[in-house]
Amino acid sequence: MQITCPHCGPRAQAEFVYERTVDSVVPLDATPEEAMKTLFTRNNPRGVDEEIWRHTFGCRAWMVITRHRVTNEITAIRAVGPEAIP
Amino acid sequence: MINFTFDGKAYQAQAGDTLAAALLRNGIGLVGRSFKYHRPRGIMTAGVEEPNALVTVGEGGRTEPNTRATDVFVYEGLVARSQNRWPSLSLDFGAILGLAAPIFSAGFYYKTFFGSAKRWMFYEYFIRKAAGLGDAPSEADPDHYSQRAAFCDVLVVGAGPAGLQAALEAAEAGKRVILVEQDSILGPSLIRDPQKLDAAWIEAIAARIRAAGGRILTRTTASGYWEHDLVTLTQRISEPGQVPADSVAQRLWHVRAGQVILATGSIERPMAFAHNDRPGVMLSQAVRTYVQRFGVTPGKRVVIATNNDDAYKTAHALQDAGAEIVAIIDARPAPAGADNGFPVHNDAVPLSTKGARHCLKSVSAQVGGVTKSWDADLLAVSGGFTPVVHLHMQAGGTLDWNEAAQAFVPAKSRQNVTTIGGAANPDPVFTVTPASNPKKSFIDFQNDVTLADVDLAWAEGYRSVEHLKRYTTLGMATDQGKLSNMAALGRLAEKQGVAIPEAGLTTFRPPYTPVTMGLFAGSGAKDGGAHIRRLALYDVHAAKNPIWQPLGYWFRPRAYPANGETMQQSSRREARTVRTSVGMTDVSTLAKFEISGPDAAAFLETVCATTVNKLAVGRGRYTFMLREDGFVFDDGTVWRLDENRYLLTSSTGGADRMATLLSYVRQYLCPQLRVSAVNVQEHYAGIAVAGPQAKAALTALIGEEPPRHMSTVPATIAGVPVIVLAASYSGERAFEIYVEASHATPVWAACETEVSAHGGCLFGMDAMDFLRIEKGHLVVGTEVDGRLTPQDLGLDKMLNKAGGFIGASGLSRTAFSEPGRRQLVGLEAIEGTIAEGAMLITREGETPQGHVTAAGIRVMEGGSIALGQLEGGFERHGEELIATSPTRGQKARIRVVQPHFYDSAGERYRD
Amino acid sequence: MERYSALSLLRGAFNGQKHWQPAWRDPEPKSHYDIIVIGGGGHGLATAYYLAKVHGLKNIAVLEKGYIGGGNTGRNTTIVRSNYRQAPLHNLFEFGLKMWEHLSDELNYNVMFSPRGSLTLGHSDADMTMLAQKGDAMRCDGIDAELMTRDQVTKFEPLLDMSRSARFPIEGAMIQRRGGTARHDAVAWGYARGADTLGVDIIQKCEVTGFVRDGDAVVGVETTRGRIGAGRVGICVAGHSGHVAGLAGLKLPIESQTLQAMVTEGVKPMLNSVIQTQSLHCYISQSDKGGIVFGGDPDNWPSYAQRGDPMIMERAIAQGLALVPALSRLRMVRTWSGVTDMSFDGSPIIGETPVQNLYLNGGWCYGGFKATPASGFTYAHTLATGKPHALNAPFSLDRFASGATIDENGSGPLPNSR
Repeated sequence: MQITCPHCGPRAQAEFVYERTVDSVVPLDATPEEAMKTLFTRNNPRGVDEEIWRHTFGCRAWMVITRHRVTNEITAIRAVGPEAIP
Repeated sequence: MINFTFDGKAYQAQAGDTLAAALLRNGIGLVGRSFKYHRPRGIMTAGVEEPNALVTVGEGGRTEPNTRATDVFVYEGLVARSQNRWPSLSLDFGAILGLAAPIFSAGFYYKTFFGSAKRWMFYEYFIRKAAGLGDAPSEADPDHYSQRAAFCDVLVVGAGPAGLQAALEAAEAGKRVILVEQDSILGPSLIRDPQKLDAAWIEAIAARIRAAGGRILTRTTASGYWEHDLVTLTQRISEPGQVPADSVAQRLWHVRAGQVILATGSIERPMAFAHNDRPGVMLSQAVRTYVQRFGVTPGKRVVIATNNDDAYKTAHALQDAGAEIVAIIDARPAPAGADNGFPVHNDAVPLSTKGARHCLKSVSAQVGGVTKSWDADLLAVSGGFTPVVHLHMQAGGTLDWNEAAQAFVPAKSRQNVTTIGGAANPDPVFTVTPASNPKKSFIDFQNDVTLADVDLAWAEGYRSVEHLKRYTTLGMATDQGKLSNMAALGRLAEKQGVAIPEAGLTTFRPPYTPVTMGLFAGSGAKDGGAHIRRLALYDVHAAKNPIWQPLGYWFRPRAYPANGETMQQSSRREARTVRTSVGMTDVSTLAKFEISGPDAAAFLETVCATTVNKLAVGRGRYTFMLREDGFVFDDGTVWRLDENRYLLTSSTGGADRMATLLSYVRQYLCPQLRVSAVNVQEHYAGIAVAGPQAKAALTALIGEEPPRHMSTVPATIAGVPVIVLAASYSGERAFEIYVEASHATPVWAACETEVSAHGGCLFGMDAMDFLRIEKGHLVVGTEVDGRLTPQDLGLDKMLNKAGGFIGASGLSRTAFSEPGRRQLVGLEAIEGTIAEGAMLITREGETPQGHVTAAGIRVMEGGSIALGQLEGGFERHGEELIATSPTRGQKARIRVVQPHFYDSAGERYRD
Repeated sequence: MERYSALSLLRGAFNGQKHWQPAWRDPEPKSHYDIIVIGGGGHGLATAYYLAKVHGLKNIAVLEKGYIGGGNTGRNTTIVRSNYRQAPLHNLFEFGLKMWEHLSDELNYNVMFSPRGSLTLGHSDADMTMLAQKGDAMRCDGIDAELMTRDQVTKFEPLLDMSRSARFPIEGAMIQRRGGTARHDAVAWGYARGADTLGVDIIQKCEVTGFVRDGDAVVGVETTRGRIGAGRVGICVAGHSGHVAGLAGLKLPIESQTLQAMVTEGVKPMLNSVIQTQSLHCYISQSDKGGIVFGGDPDNWPSYAQRGDPMIMERAIAQGLALVPALSRLRMVRTWSGVTDMSFDGSPIIGETPVQNLYLNGGWCYGGFKATPASGFTYAHTLATGKPHALNAPFSLDRFASGATIDENGSGPLPNSR
């Protein structure tokens, strides 16, 4: 794949590391039941999902990528992190 | 002239010859033996689709088995050998298998060779010896392979007339163009058929493409089409088996293209009839290539079998070259046009061939219901054209059925790719239904699959095209079905009573043509793609010639043997020196993070499972971290260097994932925190000084009273600023000195001088392990193995009661409080030596209740001790067990004890 | 059904092999089955076979969306072994390994199980200790495992690079001699033929598109070939477990990822065993046809694409060539990919779901092929009785919520960290 880093532009996928899906993120204030449910279940659709990737071998920034799991089409990429807080 | 050898005999080739052309030039028709029945095989094609003429070229580490004779250009000294035959190509005992062909039908091996697995292995031994093709080299490959990334606006694949034109237009429109051609020349089809456009035209176009900045690569195959228009190109710089003139044998390109244009042309199809695999049966366009491009006429008396117009060009070419056209067997019912003077037979299909001494002797055909026969030494066949749609399909495209051409052509593209020229518009043909004995009508020539095999698979229920392929091995040879797939689909559709497009298609997968493994590995083949991480103090250690120990991608000194000591003797001496005077060691690989900002403490309390915020400036403490599911993840120390500045250390092995965790918390989970978390693992080198004399040594080094246990001060050693932490892993009074890596050498030297002055020595990882086991300190990866909770490790009392840290939510899960969990224990030997990794059992034959995580010795007194995980271990102190290692034949009687063996009161590391 | 034998083949030599019948029927789906197994891979077909053979059930169907054995059964590297450190894993896989040893006879279909040895190389003393620990755990539970010295490894696999200067020098190995490879397609076909003979309906080109519910309970499935009623339904579609379970409103501890494999052109025998390593991420063996089969890490991101990334493959090849340099000059002829169920502790899930009458067999990560007989046998027990077999009891779906995970690598709940 080619991924357009919000900070660096289009780069080869080899520069990026997939970390986890957005639906796996456990908020710190979740109850234990909610936390374990979030941690241990996934939408895992045969379609579009939101994923958290990191430009690990580039600028190291984190981002959320909206990607189709069958066609690999990327429809949105957004920056996250302190700089992305409005 | 170029000299080469084939099966030990010397021959000569002309410049530009493929090995196949050169063999034909020398009158050699028998080139190989087939995979299963060892049938004699010759040269069938003039391209990469060749299924039969596979030879081994090159010698020693450059040996390349299964090289297509049609896809290697002869170079001076080329050595080629036939393969899959014994004792010789013309007399091959393996051909006996052909006699048994009626038994060796498709899938026969699924139906026999029953009995025990050992019995199958007996049969398998012979099957494996008979299978395979050439012999693999047994030596390392001496050549180098390079990899290169490139970008372009337009990548054109195939330098035929369509590809050249497309490349020219794009280049002259100002686009960055790469044009690739798998052949050694541009426009090979134009050289084969020079009627309209010739070599001069090609050269002129190529010159204009280059002038406009385009890059033209010959001998380069676009072999894989991946996601987002990434195409891998494999470029041959030297020929198979050839010693590279440059140091590089081949180059792998990763090309990211804005647009890809496929001008890949088509591959001519054979026809199915009995003994269609005999040497002397050749594809029509291949015959024309040998005549017009190479000046070799592969036969004198020629029969041509066709279902299309193209084969008539072959007839003309052969006639011009002086060959006699004995008959043209044309499947079409009526003459194709004006009388061309050839003996054309319409409504005619080939039936069979006969041969003598591995040469073609005669061809028979059915002509309008009558069988006719001709003596001939060459049969040129054209069964139509299969567009090369491989890359289009690898890119996720779809196909349409072109009825006139009886072929699949590219339809929709998922990526930015278009197909032009013959690959998109193949010539029309007439449908031919095979009329002769299916048992000898080959469709996959290399794997010896016949029409009868397709029929059998169908009869046995293997009716999906994928089942057919897997059951018969059709399309699974080195040509991956380039010649066979359409014939098989035709037969399958006939059986199903449907049109070919409804019969289904197998998947096109990379690579288009086989690719040398070394090329994929590139320079990575030398080091497995894993670079060594080098200690800042590497040279200092290397000068002392230590025993090195790999640790992740690092290498660290394991022991510094002196005066002929064994590693064990050395480690024991080093550990004793730490216990009695002072030792020093390199701890640079520890993970280190600098956390700063007003919310640094809050950040650390999110990451760490212990409290941090009450830590006074200049103080430090032990800490550990959990995974989100509540299991212990890592441990280390946290130091408050300043009001809003902390240093966090954690394990070497977990350094990378700890860096990721901190970054995740900082960037994703808690972006609102005002904090920065910087990975300073390699920014600082670390030196640990430990032992009863450590304080004295430190005092001398920094010129003042060193910090108290679990305190830190900035200081200067050898004029270099350092951070001194007072922390003990060994159980002795100890310090860790952190210094900017580039200035570490003088600091190390100063420490070494001072340590020596106090009667100390260097110690390595083994000594450190002895010391820490005796103290019951944890190691991530052994005791902390990702399966134990804070409770299991006895860490629960240190948990931050307020919660709110990562993993807190996992701790209340029911399994965490069930009885019988594995818990950390100490083990001491009553009899025998405890083996690291040994299983803990109460009696022989019982399933293990735990294991030894780390085994060591009592440093001063001797005696085998260990740490371990044991079911319900906290309640079992005093119990006798067996630590058994069946794989090493080692067994010890042991007693379960507290997991610390030395100074449990902790008096030695405090002031 | 004509029994397969050398004699029968010989008979065929005189009749043009015309006496063979279809290995399995192509029936129309009935309106109701006692048990429906979704997924006609090796595991699903084995499950149906044991439901009929061991539990005597007659009214069973296997529903396959494409053709049988076309998913991961036909896309793996054919390795069979039981060398795991954790007891629930090695007990399950060992049960399977024992079944492999007699499977060809059991099915009257040669699955070509070839116990040539599963060799795991160690590259440091630490690796050797880990291997010893795994071997000791196996040996205490009655499973074969031996350590090999450098010299023994040299003799056993002469083409390995045994030089001390290698980036990952080989210090020794653990071998499970009873491990090896089997012919993957034959496993699916053999179980299909066996199940069909026992009356199981194998229905191909029949994709499940939904579940029929009666209150909380599943009472049937909607398919591309109509509605089919069922007493119990067993999902057995590893790679696509998340998708099919999702049709019943379930979310699983599973992420689908692509796993690539590749094979070279055939050459005469050069490797004797299945080579794996403790520190690297590649596994190599030679097929009966002579091709060198390579596998590596999954592409570490979620995907249903059955297409991988070339860099992942290049890394696996680089590692393989570092181990066996003589492979460099061979040519790779084909790559392929499967979609794997990456579970959140690296271990499979076999058992009940929160939905009544609905059962799950999945989460095999990249190690499901070798489990085929054991998976089918235990899952059949669960489907027939509604209760776990002793061997699959630890692999329940609720272990994630309770914390009783079975984590061979200790690498935790995120699949891309293992």
